[in-house]
Amino acid sequence: MVRVDGEDGAETLIRVRNLDKRYQRGSEEIHVLQGLNLDVGRGEFVAFMGPSGSGKTTLLNLLGGLDVPSAGSITVDGDELTRMSAAKLTRWRARHVGFIFQMYNLLPVLTAFGNVELPLLLTRLDRAQRRRQVETALALVGLADRMDHFPRQLSGGQEQRVAIARAIVADPSFLLCDEPTGDLDRASAGEILDLLTALAREYGKTILMVTHDPRAAERADCVLHLDKGVLVEAAGEAARA
Amino acid sequence: MAIPLIYNVRSVRQRWVSAIVAVVGIAGTVAVFVAMLALASGFRATLVASGAAENAIVRRAGASSEMESLITLDQVRVIENAPGVRRDERGPLASAEAVVVAAFPLAATGTDANVQVRGTSPRAFAVRPAVRIVAGRAFEPGLAELVVGRNASRAYAGLGLGSRVRFGGGDWTVVGVFDASGSAFDSELWCDANVLNQVFQRPQNIFQSMTVRLTSADALSQFKDAVTADPRLTVQVDREVEYYEKQSRQLTRLITVLGTFIALVMGIGAVFAALNTMYSAVAQRGREIATMRALGFAGAAVVVSFLVESLLIALAGGLLGCVLVLPLNGLTTGTINWQTFSHLSFAFRVTPSLLLTGVGFSLLMGVIGGLPPALRAARLPVAAALREL
Ligand SMILES: Nc1ncnc2c1ncn2[C@@H]1O[C@H](COP(=O)(O)OP(=O)(O)OP(=O)(O)O)[C@@H](O)[C@H]1O
Ligand SMILES: [Mg+2]
Repeated sequence: MVRVDGEDGAETLIRVRNLDKRYQRGSEEIHVLQGLNLDVGRGEFVAFMGPSGSGKTTLLNLLGGLDVPSAGSITVDGDELTRMSAAKLTRWRARHVGFIFQMYNLLPVLTAFGNVELPLLLTRLDRAQRRRQVETALALVGLADRMDHFPRQLSGGQEQRVAIARAIVADPSFLLCDEPTGDLDRASAGEILDLLTALAREYGKTILMVTHDPRAAERADCVLHLDKGVLVEAAGEAARA
Repeated sequence: MAIPLIYNVRSVRQRWVSAIVAVVGIAGTVAVFVAMLALASGFRATLVASGAAENAIVRRAGASSEMESLITLDQVRVIENAPGVRRDERGPLASAEAVVVAAFPLAATGTDANVQVRGTSPRAFAVRPAVRIVAGRAFEPGLAELVVGRNASRAYAGLGLGSRVRFGGGDWTVVGVFDASGSAFDSELWCDANVLNQVFQRPQNIFQSMTVRLTSADALSQFKDAVTADPRLTVQVDREVEYYEKQSRQLTRLITVLGTFIALVMGIGAVFAALNTMYSAVAQRGREIATMRALGFAGAAVVVSFLVESLLIALAGGLLGCVLVLPLNGLTTGTINWQTFSHLSFAFRVTPSLLLTGVGFSLLMGVIGGLPPALRAARLPVAAALREL
């Protein structure tokens, strides 16, 4: 169940309460998130929409522990992020979050295999176990035969599939995708969305995805709009559409 | 676990143009540093080779070098009969010696340089078996004849076998060339000590030092105790190697200090080149760094990774510097021996331990040039850096 009203429900993986984020730009203060509430259950596929500058990336960064809120709390699986030290937050990210970025963010000097292996270097797995897991992840995204290719030798869609393999290889608690299809043509975008949908439906992954693309949003179980610093359910708009 | 090394290796390779300035700077610094140390090491080795463990050199007490020392014939007789001195059928292996300095034109430049002329006893070659006549013959006692060290015969004009030279108010004939196994004697001229005193109009039977061959290297203390306790003598005794080692110390230290100073000044430049390379690497790879941090790599892993990258660049520079300096090994050069104010030929000695020192120095530059950029990389605000293109 996804909720944005701040009422406590059962079975939530991610619980956000009264989240505030302000940025200081010179003397001007930008109040991006203003008391935002969110509950996401395990296995949910949620899409966030909203105009440019509404704070979607800001919200994902806070949920992923890449940035700290000005006020409010974020609890994931019982762990309160705002109480963690920077070092602990870093370890928490490695265990719980898989990031997928608009620009893929693969390391250009590493092969597809090397990129996907990165998160496993933070686990206790030995070399052989890592290899097996990387091969499984790359096979899942359909790139088993591109293991030794460098990012520049891959198409945008293939790069994003490598990025997805990297995000899931260590089996995180949830995936954060910031406009995963924003830089892709329609066909490649469709493949990426098929993949994300399959991850949610067949593998029960919890996915939080920011997108500008209504076709992407409609794959999600639930579409939320970021509006004036809080989330609202898209029911009204969906009805209008 | 750490960010894989291959990430840094490939990153450097991909941006080698930016690394080249740092590599060359570090290579130049290491080359100069090792060259100076090789100079000092060669100088020291040449002087130390002049001494033998089985030989003792006797000087007047308080004389810091042969030049300031004085030993009379009476004293010579006492010393050569002291316990511990080796003897053969021709008597004790001892050589009372007088040294003067004479100016000769250098073959290379034509300008005069000082040569040490050593008047010895005829037994000098028995006392120092490492010194061997390689052309001609030894001087005849009582005649104005010279034997010339290998380096001296090469370095000076007009000291070839058979040449006649004039110095100190006498006419001399070069009758032989000797090889002193790369020691300081190779830069000397040897002749009969009594003839030398005559020609230079010095009092006869006055010498400056005496070198004796001991029955064994262990006999030194026996010899030394006997000689220093003798009331007829006021002398000091040193093992010959130690005497020459001491002589080399001042110049060796000077070259080492000077070399270190020059290397430090150059090193500052090289460190700035490394800083520049690494800061630009960090600036260009902000999004990569932020991505690794997002994946869960700790700040410390990022510091180590960029430090390793800087060390890779430094190591390349250090190895290149070693390659540059290697051809100097064995190259002969000359200097003034400040203890005797005479010219001394010696060769650069590029030893493995000096090369290691050079590589160590390059790694030090790598750490200093790499640490601040590495710390900056680790402190990069992740969320902001992820927004970079
Ligand atoms: N580090 C920062 N310092 C100051 N202002 C910031 C910073 N990061 C983001 N902002 C501002 O916060 C607001 C929200 O930015 P954010 O990137 O979260 O929006 P977004 O919804 O992801 O936009 P887009 O759809 O264009 O990606 C914007 O006005 C942005 O300029
Ligand atoms: Mg955004």
